[in-house]
Amino acid sequence: MSFDKFGQVSFTSQTKVGAFVEYLDKGELRATYCQECGRTFFPPRADCSWCLSSNMEWVKIEDGGKLVSFTKVNYGPTGFESDVPYVLALVDFNGVKVFGRINKEVPEEQITVGMTVKAETVTLANEQLSYIFNPA
Amino acid sequence: MPNDVAIIGVGQSAFVRNYEGSIRELAFEAYSEAMKDAGITNNDVDASMICSAPEYDQQRSPSSLIAEYLGLNPQPTFAIETVCSSSTTGIRVAYSLIKSGLHDVVVVLGFQKMSEISSADSQERMGRGADIMWESPFGTMMPANYAMHARAHFARYGSTEKDLALIRLKAAKYGALNEKAVYRKGLDLDQCLNADVVASPLKRFDCCANADGSSCLILASADKAKEISKKPVWIRGLGSATASLTMSGRDALDGLNCARVAAKQAYDMAGLSPQDIDVAEVHDCFTIAELMAYENLGFAEPGKGVELIQNGETYIGGKIPVNVDGGLLSKGHPIGATGGSQTRTIVLQLRGEAGDIQVPGAEIGLVHNIGGVGVYGNVIILGR
Ligand SMILES: [Zn+2]
Repeated sequence: MSFDKFGQVSFTSQTKVGAFVEYLDKGELRATYCQECGRTFFPPRADCSWCLSSNMEWVKIEDGGKLVSFTKVNYGPTGFESDVPYVLALVDFNGVKVFGRINKEVPEEQITVGMTVKAETVTLANEQLSYIFNPA
Repeated sequence: MPNDVAIIGVGQSAFVRNYEGSIRELAFEAYSEAMKDAGITNNDVDASMICSAPEYDQQRSPSSLIAEYLGLNPQPTFAIETVCSSSTTGIRVAYSLIKSGLHDVVVVLGFQKMSEISSADSQERMGRGADIMWESPFGTMMPANYAMHARAHFARYGSTEKDLALIRLKAAKYGALNEKAVYRKGLDLDQCLNADVVASPLKRFDCCANADGSSCLILASADKAKEISKKPVWIRGLGSATASLTMSGRDALDGLNCARVAAKQAYDMAGLSPQDIDVAEVHDCFTIAELMAYENLGFAEPGKGVELIQNGETYIGGKIPVNVDGGLLSKGHPIGATGGSQTRTIVLQLRGEAGDIQVPGAEIGLVHNIGGVGVYGNVIILGR
């Protein structure tokens, strides 16, 4: 499966971490883990800049993320016009930070910095694969 | 304090919504003003640094075109890009070319004609300013990523939307005095707080005005500066740093680490501390960016930046006047020209030529210019 299956709008199809979308398809959000130095990476990377190893494996991102920050976007870039408003968010899963969106059904007033959230994989209306944050 | 490289000429076009001319003519406006200010002609120039964000330029490799139009062949020219901080990166490169002994006089020319491409094209390019694999697919925008910094700052320190509005009111007051500013209308608190939400908590007037414009600085070696300039302003300190492009790569969103690191380098090089700065230009592409700059530059402790604006300390007459030319918020933000324009303001302040916005007796000034959402940070300290 090509990487351009990922996201509301995709800008690129080729990467060595293309297996990310295959995990999404199976309902799993995964990061990469360097088998040489033990660091975990999100966004997933094929290569470790610390120990220069390319010996990576895929590890699951567990529940229990903390919301670092969020914003409700009312004006989107090209390709997202019909999608607004949406809430962008950064979530810290035990030191591994993941950027994404909070479920549209959660009212903005109920979202607070520091709240516990979990990531769930989703198939979008345009058949693209993604993940979304929900209150835990 | 270093005394090796001086700024001997400054120029800036008016910043306008739609410049009715080509990019070469726009560049010429700032160039001719700076060259006349320095009292030199094209044969005195050894090299030119052409600074712009090329995604907004129709012309490919614009440095070639600009150098030809400015009469700067056969001297070397090249493009410098760190998005919104391109022209202070140009200063850094020009400084090292001069300090190395390779050149004596270098032109740093920044420009952007934001109106050259359609608004839709510009939106499309801006969406790709984030990591296109991992963050752009969610619909990121510059305002959204700064908005996430604002929300994180609010949550950690208790700063508010009203504090941000106070920063906008200061910009509006000084923008009205600046003949070269794109936004010269007055604003009141209710207008700021009731404006359209762009990306919560940032509203329309928390965001800077897009503009077309150019800036130009002439840098010279110490010997050359003493020979040809009656009013050199010296580069005392330079700092430059970066942070991750991805938001997920950041330790925290309540400040910009690239600014902290660059500021420390610049203060160390100059042998100065934040208390020594008499006037500053900071990169207020959004109101929250100015608030974070107060803290990241050491004008206030982390979390205490709001006290500076609440107490009027960043107005002329306060402890540390900031952006008294209207800042990016009111003067406008033509990407590649912005850092050069900020630097021009400080040079005029240190020469005592800033007119209505003169900070009395200013001797040491600081420029803080940020590229992207805290990706590239340049801090420059200037002195008489
Ligand atoms: Zn490693």
